[in-house]
Amino acid sequence: MSRRARLVFFAVAAAGLAVTLGVGLAGLPSFGSQLTAYARMLNELASPQRHVTDVVSAITFDYRGIDTLFEEFILLAAVAGISVLLRPLSDESRQLPEDKAPNRKIPPPSPAVWLLAVLLSSLLTLIGLETITHGVLTPGGGFQAGVILASAIYVIYLGTNYATVERFQPDPLLEASDGVGAFGYVVIGLLGLLAGDVFLSNVVGLGVTGNLIAGGTIPLLNLVVGVEVAGGFAILASEFLDQTAVIRTERR
Amino acid sequence: MSVLAYGVVAWLFLVGIYGVVTSRNLIHMVVCLSVAQSATDVLLLEIGYRTGGHAPVFVNLPTHPGPAVDAVMQALALTDVVVGAAVTALLLALVVQVHKRAGTLDPDALRATRD
Amino acid sequence: MSEAVIAVALVWVAASGTAVVLTRDPLHQAFVAGFFGLGLAFLYLSMQAGDVALSQIVVGAIALPLIVLLSLAKVRKGRE
Repeated sequence: MSRRARLVFFAVAAAGLAVTLGVGLAGLPSFGSQLTAYARMLNELASPQRHVTDVVSAITFDYRGIDTLFEEFILLAAVAGISVLLRPLSDESRQLPEDKAPNRKIPPPSPAVWLLAVLLSSLLTLIGLETITHGVLTPGGGFQAGVILASAIYVIYLGTNYATVERFQPDPLLEASDGVGAFGYVVIGLLGLLAGDVFLSNVVGLGVTGNLIAGGTIPLLNLVVGVEVAGGFAILASEFLDQTAVIRTERR
Repeated sequence: MSVLAYGVVAWLFLVGIYGVVTSRNLIHMVVCLSVAQSATDVLLLEIGYRTGGHAPVFVNLPTHPGPAVDAVMQALALTDVVVGAAVTALLLALVVQVHKRAGTLDPDALRATRD
Repeated sequence: MSEAVIAVALVWVAASGTAVVLTRDPLHQAFVAGFFGLGLAFLYLSMQAGDVALSQIVVGAIALPLIVLLSLAKVRKGRE
């Protein structure tokens, strides 16, 4: 289909979609009016029932915990797909980066940049751990903190050259943490089955509202999801970095 | 306010799809797709908003806190944002491999693989 | 007051979303996409959604620009 024909087809289809969207969105209750009954009920009940103060965490990991299991597996599948797609192909090889001038090595990273990278990386790891553990009390939790922990590794990539990255990057640890995180969620769900209740029910002791360790399985699931997301995003960036820095097509 | 709020959702989605259709660069196309995806997150949160509501975090509240906004929609949108980024990364990995094989990033210039 | 803040955030999001689509060069588009992500985070915060705003900030400022820039670097190196 030529470009013009495609644009005309899109214009007609977009007009139809805009009309449908307009009719559909006009049928919604006006912006800011009454909440649904389910939402009102959960806002009332989540704090007394689960002893947490952040209702969103309680919904993500307890009331709708099975949805989060599926989302976590989507993340695992996406990272596995990226690892498969970006593997070295049959006509490629891995070579460390070299300087363009023939008899010169790549100069080492600037000490100021490296110091800044190390400081930022430690700070980001600390912030990530704080966000994971406080997920039951304030906005935060496993998903956000996993990306913050992965960014602690990204800062190392940005601050130095590839040889140092290869030395510091714990590849087996990242892959293991990705798998252990996904598996750990299922194991904690099976705890519910072992206790005689349904899968993913909250069978660990609930604790006191307002403590860090409260809410039963919710802080455990936070930790497990944080480990998985951190491993996943770190593997993702390291695959792309390998493609850019190391994998070369062999000339024929 | 309702017209502005829901209109922005429809506009973002249509603009994202327009970017995908008229794109001449595969990387540009993937970023436009992520714009269209964020429209759904905005719609989820708009459905769950209550005028004068506060965040669904019940700690250190004033004496008469008023209603809270919908926490279920926030739970749905929160995982959606993170997983959406991972799927966008998967699409970009596909783009990188397509560029290696076809030598171009122009979707109009890509041809079917060997017949 | 909060309604005015939400209205400003909505207009910011719509305008920067349009700018992302209309910027054809991927390298420039990566920067505009960062601005769009910031607008989205501001919108989510003004709608009292703290968790979602935190997710959008970390994803839109850290993960997405890194992936797009690394893909661009790989594609440009292949073209040399």
